[in-house]
Amino acid sequence: MPRFLPLTTAVAASVQDGMTVAMEGFTHLIPFAAGHEIIRQGRRDLTLMRMTPDLIYDQLIGMGCVRKLIFSWGGNPGVGSLHRLRDAVEHGWPRPIELEEHSHAAMANAYHAGAAGLPCAIFKGYYGSDLVGNNPNIRFVTCPFSGEPLAAVPALRPDLAIVHAQRADHEGNVLIEGIVGVQKEVVLAARQALVTVEEVVDDLSAPSPNSCILPHWTVTTIAVVPGGAYPSYAHGYYGRDNAFYTAWDSISRERAPFQAWMEQHVLGAAPS
Amino acid sequence: MSYTTQEMMAIAAARVLTNEDVCFVGIGAPSQACNLARLTHAPGITLIYESGTIGTKPDLLPLSIGDPELCTRARCTVSVPEMFQYWLQGGRISVGFLGGAQLDKFANINSSVVGSYARPKVRLPGGGGAPEIAAHCRQTYVVMAQSRRSFVDRVDFVTSFGYGEGGDHRERIGLRSLGPTLVITDLCMMRPDPTSRELSVVALHPGVTREQVQAHTGWAVRFAPDLTTTEPPTEHELIVLRDLLARTAQAHGSASA
Repeated sequence: MPRFLPLTTAVAASVQDGMTVAMEGFTHLIPFAAGHEIIRQGRRDLTLMRMTPDLIYDQLIGMGCVRKLIFSWGGNPGVGSLHRLRDAVEHGWPRPIELEEHSHAAMANAYHAGAAGLPCAIFKGYYGSDLVGNNPNIRFVTCPFSGEPLAAVPALRPDLAIVHAQRADHEGNVLIEGIVGVQKEVVLAARQALVTVEEVVDDLSAPSPNSCILPHWTVTTIAVVPGGAYPSYAHGYYGRDNAFYTAWDSISRERAPFQAWMEQHVLGAAPS
Repeated sequence: MSYTTQEMMAIAAARVLTNEDVCFVGIGAPSQACNLARLTHAPGITLIYESGTIGTKPDLLPLSIGDPELCTRARCTVSVPEMFQYWLQGGRISVGFLGGAQLDKFANINSSVVGSYARPKVRLPGGGGAPEIAAHCRQTYVVMAQSRRSFVDRVDFVTSFGYGEGGDHRERIGLRSLGPTLVITDLCMMRPDPTSRELSVVALHPGVTREQVQAHTGWAVRFAPDLTTTEPPTEHELIVLRDLLARTAQAHGSASA
């Protein structure tokens, strides 16, 4: 059974400097509150993986927490660039960042392989793409049956997965609804999993026998954090704050306004 | 009714879609075109977003690829690994839409870097789903506003493979899909030559000249012998598109939480 801890304690017990951490959520259920707590606790030298780094990794990168990023699409969805990611890549500010770049198909397959206990993912991909020569973790194997060349990437096995979810029951089973993304795969691929939830309930009220549920023994730690995915969203609880995503473009474009915003809204904010 | 070149581009892209198409939709211009098609002549079209939504019928355009609107208005929502494995790689998509920062005369697309990869002048968002969309959809359509900066002789970096260096390059690397069969811009429509696979202009949008297209293209652009003119937008197309964009702007302008 997972341990139930307040967010501050949960992050302190789960995240150490130098770890490989995946905070996932495909636009939906992004664990912003947990990411902010990592920033407040001043973690350093993290290797972060995430298909779409989104605002949460832009913030962690801009605050100097990140040594390396494994990703497949690094923009502000529908808005433009992630300016703090760009500043780190283009100018090494606040510190240089190492990139390992994939396609979405590769990362989705690599989480799937991690969850399935495979050493690598094999798929049909990367045809003619220059990503191939620039990322040594993209290789090709020959199908032993058909002779067809297939792309291969190492399975993603983070030290820690952090995801947000709608709710857990008292036993620690977790229900995920809506755009489920890679939430199940990343939790099963990781050595440990920290899940933040909107609420803990007596009965999960899973809407279908096929609902997406993380059974309690797959989760290490649960923290109850209502609103923990904001400004992304929790299907059935609150919507995505698209106006904030748009506003982030000007907040994050220059270093000083970014730092002022982080000072006021994250460093100076009481943990949830 | 008067209209902008951006509206012409969205409407021209919508018109090539049919009720039978199963489209892998990207955010921005593709999402506009696909939903305009659905709200006008192709109500039966199936729209798939890479966040996992299948049979998506959004009332307004999503800002992100995974807005709540998509999931609540989809026939079903699958996981992202399933989306890329069964639906895209499995060959169940007829049309994929692509765009990018740069496109070259063989319809290769760069959405990764301007300058060198190791020390980029501009770090762009990257490929996301595009490298495999370019490979596995039966065909792809590119929707991009045209300029000398974006329509270049050779892309700095091939994120998504079009026709490579031309000719049978696609077939030689094992691709069975048709590739980028159509490029829709704010000025014209281009198709690859059947043999060389170099893009040539097949239709000019109303009022656009050959000289204008050349001035906005970074290579010596070819024109098809049977060059045609795109039909101007109808009043109905413009009204539906503008309503859709107005609903969208209103919804995204205010916090939804």
